[in-house]
Amino acid sequence: MRVAAGQGFWGDWMEAPYRQVTGGPIDYLMMDYLAEVTMSILQKQKSRDPALGYATDFITQMERILPTVVKRGIKVVANAGGVNPRACAAAVADVARKLGLGGKLTIGVVTGDDLLGRLDGLVARGHELKNLDTGRPLRDVRDRVLSANAYLGAAPVVDALQRGAQVVITGRVTDTGLTLGPLMHAFGWSGDAWDLIAAGTVAGHIIECGAQASGGNCLNDWDHIPDLSNVGYPIVEAQADGTFELIKHPRTGGRIDVPGVTEQLVYEMGDPREYITPDGIADFTTIQLAQVAKDRVRVSGVRGKPATDKLKVSIAYFYGYKAVGTLVYAWPDALKKAQAADRILRQRLADLGLKFEAIHTEFVGATATHGALALEGLDPNAIPEVQLRIGVRAADQKPVDRFTREIAPLILNGPPSVTGFAGGRPKPEEIVAYWPALIDRTAVQPAVEVITA
Amino acid sequence: MKRRRSGGPTPKAAVGRSRTVKLVDIAHARSGDKGDTANIGLIAKRPEDYPLLVKQVTATRVARHFKGMVGSVERFELPNLNALNFLLHGALDGGGTISLKTDAQGKVFSTALLRMEIEVRR
Repeated sequence: MRVAAGQGFWGDWMEAPYRQVTGGPIDYLMMDYLAEVTMSILQKQKSRDPALGYATDFITQMERILPTVVKRGIKVVANAGGVNPRACAAAVADVARKLGLGGKLTIGVVTGDDLLGRLDGLVARGHELKNLDTGRPLRDVRDRVLSANAYLGAAPVVDALQRGAQVVITGRVTDTGLTLGPLMHAFGWSGDAWDLIAAGTVAGHIIECGAQASGGNCLNDWDHIPDLSNVGYPIVEAQADGTFELIKHPRTGGRIDVPGVTEQLVYEMGDPREYITPDGIADFTTIQLAQVAKDRVRVSGVRGKPATDKLKVSIAYFYGYKAVGTLVYAWPDALKKAQAADRILRQRLADLGLKFEAIHTEFVGATATHGALALEGLDPNAIPEVQLRIGVRAADQKPVDRFTREIAPLILNGPPSVTGFAGGRPKPEEIVAYWPALIDRTAVQPAVEVITA
Repeated sequence: MKRRRSGGPTPKAAVGRSRTVKLVDIAHARSGDKGDTANIGLIAKRPEDYPLLVKQVTATRVARHFKGMVGSVERFELPNLNALNFLLHGALDGGGTISLKTDAQGKVFSTALLRMEIEVRR
């Protein structure tokens, strides 16, 4: 039973899905498209055009892989539906007909995650949807909410597969549910087999970021990882008892080894004893890894606990405006010049009486990512060049607009040896922020439809 | 064992039977984000070095290492993976789309931690 990862986020390698369905035998292709902020972008698109609101890359990719998928009987599970899974399914059906596959493709559509239209009713019935990080009640930002989606688990995916869907298109199903669903379906795991659920969740966590489990972004021994230009995306080869092995197709680049898989296991981790999903809780301190062959890592021993009675809700709301401007200063004294320019700019912003929620300065090439730690044992005057990167954030657009006009003047009226302003004035951006909350599981009803292309 | 202040001068070889190494020589790491919190998974390259990490790379020491860059620090142990997981709260200028940082998603806090020095037996 093989579940292959085809996309780790919306914007991932366009070649990966095709390579996964043609490079060797697989049973399922899972594709994850939804990051926290993606839902609000999709909601915006849908409000402009009711036929949009899903990950359009998915349609391009399906057009390329559908003939192989149908011929080989591979099943596809993707949360590409975003805030409009039905429209996404209709677009895939169109592509199928165009390819002469009309009548040969069954598509399952998972909905029920979208709470936007029900929000006021839910709040009125006492669901506070408090921000998990700050504790503030949702009513503080209710009039600025752009999207609200509950994270669904694997159950509706299993339902769609049981009803014969070959392609399952979902809205906000968890990244891990896209892998766990196929495993539960294929092996007949029950929803309360907590250790198996946890094992399938760990499998999903490892492959949900695509090549990050097969040599991509891997720090350990990074410069000996072979042929990343031809990197093989990871595949879970699972057994009914919940043990599984991570592999990749033959004749692909990258590497699957214990240190690399370990890096992916700890990625975006909170409390390792309680990795909470809608399907159950996985205990990452029980995971055992073993290198059983080249590019083959066995994962076993995973223990789980029952699911909680809550679901996480991802809410996006309008927050304000921001803009970021940059200039590059060259040796000698590159860092000193950039620091002087920052002081001058801040003084001018203050003199103009502009109010910001935050002004954030970075010196790229020196301290932008590692702070003062980066300068230990280094002669700052020897730095060949430094990019001054300064950003502002405010609730109103006005001060942010004014800020964008204060960068370029520094070229002529600030410190010397400055360049790198080819891009023109920075553009103010709207900030759509993320509001994580919990809701009673009983308030959310996943739904599944099955259509034939 | 004497703790060394991060940010100070590179220490001379410690007296007696221990010497100083940077974490980058004995560990690797990956980091990511959850809201305004960055996480760093720190992994011993050799299992026999994991106890050194547990003993010396404490939450307090990590908070001091990242002084001025993060709020509070939590630590979790994963002995099965020879790994520690650190949560650096308040590290990302609000995180996600709010953040004005280049590293808004905390992706390279991992290597910043690997600059830390610890003492190992000769």
